[in-house]
Amino acid sequence: MEKKKITIALAGNPNVGKTTLFNAITGARQHVGNWPGVTVEKKTGKRTYKDTEVEVVDLPGTYSLTAYSLDEVVARDYVVEEKPDVVVQIVDATNLERNLYLTTQLMELGSKVVIALNMWDLAESRGDKIDTRKMEDFLEIPVVKTVANRAEGIDALLEEVVREADKGEHHEHEVSYGDDIEKKIIELEKIVGKDSALSGKYPVRWLSVKLLDGDENILEKIEGSSVATQVNSVLSAIKKEDYEAAMAEKRYETINTVLPQVCVKCVKEVTFSDMIDRVVTNKYLGIPVFLAMMWAAFEVTFTVATPLMEFVDMFFGWLAGVVAQSITNPVLGSLLGDGIVAGVGAVMIFLPNILLLFLMISLLEDSGYMARAAFVMDKLMYKIGLNGRSFIPLLMGFGCNVPAIMATRTIEDEKDRLVTILVNPFISCGARLPVYLMLAGAFFGRQAGTVIFGIYILGIIVAILSAKLIRGTVVKGKPSPFIMELPPYRLPTLKASAIHMWEKGSIYLKKAGTIILAGVVFVWLLSAIPAPGVDAAFASEEILGTEDSLVGVLGHIIEPLVAPLGFDWKVAVALVFGFIAKEIVIGSMGVLYGTGEDEDALAEILTAGSMTPLTALGLMVFTLLYAPCIACVGVVKKETGSWKWTLFMVAYGTTLAWIAAFLIFRIGTAIGWGL
Amino acid sequence: MSETTLNLLEPGSKAKVIQITGRGSARRRILDMGMVPGAEIEVIRKAPMGDPLEFLVKGYNLSLRKAEAELIVVQPLGV
Repeated sequence: MEKKKITIALAGNPNVGKTTLFNAITGARQHVGNWPGVTVEKKTGKRTYKDTEVEVVDLPGTYSLTAYSLDEVVARDYVVEEKPDVVVQIVDATNLERNLYLTTQLMELGSKVVIALNMWDLAESRGDKIDTRKMEDFLEIPVVKTVANRAEGIDALLEEVVREADKGEHHEHEVSYGDDIEKKIIELEKIVGKDSALSGKYPVRWLSVKLLDGDENILEKIEGSSVATQVNSVLSAIKKEDYEAAMAEKRYETINTVLPQVCVKCVKEVTFSDMIDRVVTNKYLGIPVFLAMMWAAFEVTFTVATPLMEFVDMFFGWLAGVVAQSITNPVLGSLLGDGIVAGVGAVMIFLPNILLLFLMISLLEDSGYMARAAFVMDKLMYKIGLNGRSFIPLLMGFGCNVPAIMATRTIEDEKDRLVTILVNPFISCGARLPVYLMLAGAFFGRQAGTVIFGIYILGIIVAILSAKLIRGTVVKGKPSPFIMELPPYRLPTLKASAIHMWEKGSIYLKKAGTIILAGVVFVWLLSAIPAPGVDAAFASEEILGTEDSLVGVLGHIIEPLVAPLGFDWKVAVALVFGFIAKEIVIGSMGVLYGTGEDEDALAEILTAGSMTPLTALGLMVFTLLYAPCIACVGVVKKETGSWKWTLFMVAYGTTLAWIAAFLIFRIGTAIGWGL
Repeated sequence: MSETTLNLLEPGSKAKVIQITGRGSARRRILDMGMVPGAEIEVIRKAPMGDPLEFLVKGYNLSLRKAEAELIVVQPLGV
């Protein structure tokens, strides 16, 4: 027998257990991607229930369905345009009033809705009595009790969903906005209904309601239609602000007439959460607690990852050697071993960081602490043109910018997120430290520590000033308003965190991995192809990464560009290699100066006259600021979804690096310092 | 007591929303989150650095910057 297929969409406020329910329904059969054209995450999954194949689409968590955020537009466009068979709204039983606000909006979208009354056990244990029968009667929507984290009520929910999907035309349920507003709605419905392109695509009443709501996204849709002037003449005759407030009020009023009849007690009392908050967001303890949490998250992400990363590094180093040797054709062996296997290694090396960071983020987010962290840090971040949620990604940048940039997903507002991504590479990551250590150690002796500290501070200052500059120019506008729920604390589950880790890891491998691999292989080819006129085999030992390979030629081409900074072609080549990973700058200089991996010998040669403290300082600053490594470029492309912003970041950083190193060299020379 | 704006209230005080001033999507978001005329609000605390503020509204905890709280005109309720 042919299986029936239906599509359901999961809607709901943030922090109501939507992801947990999604996991409980679909298990491991999930697919993570982006919604078309935007960087909002889209998760889909499948489940066979009896003889029905259910495709589950997880909509972004939203409080409402206005055009306030991209998440909301994505969610409602999906419901209106893709017309899923049933929309399941996950409602937090411990906070019916605000949760049902979204219900009133879903009802207007004209789709069949089923409510999953989640966490009803929590509501009951605090003494609430919820009458789901009455709730169904009043709302005219089926209600099913679930406890997502124990996978309770899932079959009952699917049963109800399938039954609802089988029903023919469903009864339209709607909020009544009262005589005055209803009159306007009817007036607009008549006008909008005349445009068949609009009325064929969207529910006419919903369009009219949204117009009165002052919804920019819908106003744009109307602007291009045949009824634009008529609609505008109706809207210009009313005071928009009054209507907006009155309509939100009416929606809550509708809920408040229903609520006392379906729920007995249902009053918020002092909870365990409030007690935790008295400590965690306390005037004096809030910041120390925050710093302690950040320290722990940072340590786990980067210290625990170190042995794992060393293992990955060793493994791929070994594999590259084995591959290179076991293939008899030296060119092919070298290409596969030193090019491709090393490239895969360059991708994999970040995986421990990414997995551990997202384990930490998932624990912070699911427990409810992430919102408190944003609450505690917002004032500081707002001052530099960002918001409270930007802090964690910036902090994590000190470990590695790659997972840090992926962590910006927790920032709701697109512009805030973009700025946080663009300035992140200026936060000096762990890979840049070996460069500073070597150069500062060689040239600054006992002052080395101070110099390195200064470099880190410079990175922070550049990040802050750049955030301000970008906010004032290319990403105009103030940080988004801070209107954030502080959800009740909950115990995170290992399963949810594990799934989250796995998703992030696999997205990184798929999306960023290919860019990183291509970049590594490309630079390797440059270092392996003999320069014109050089009589040597491709990828032969004596030319690899030296003047006699293409990268040497490139170094000489770049040299005039970096000469004003006091750098020679060898430094230029090292900087090209630094694009693969910044720590390679030193190793590459070792190859070029013929000292191999002996850093002391390299230091000796450099201090003997190849460089001065001034150019060494310039090189450190240049390494800090110039184009981030290829892995970082890969995730920036993935997270911004735009080559334009990615290239902007590369060009901006490199320009800044050039200017800074130039100033250091020129001013230093002028005052006769460090020569 | 006479009408004031939400940013001026001290933690522990309660008030009733009269209206939301301002315009645009931020205002609508504030309304959506339950800060509608007639809603009762309790000021819970200030963040350690003095901003943003935390409120209890519609049975849950909501945080707003002072800049947003200033848009909310309230009638303080006697304690």
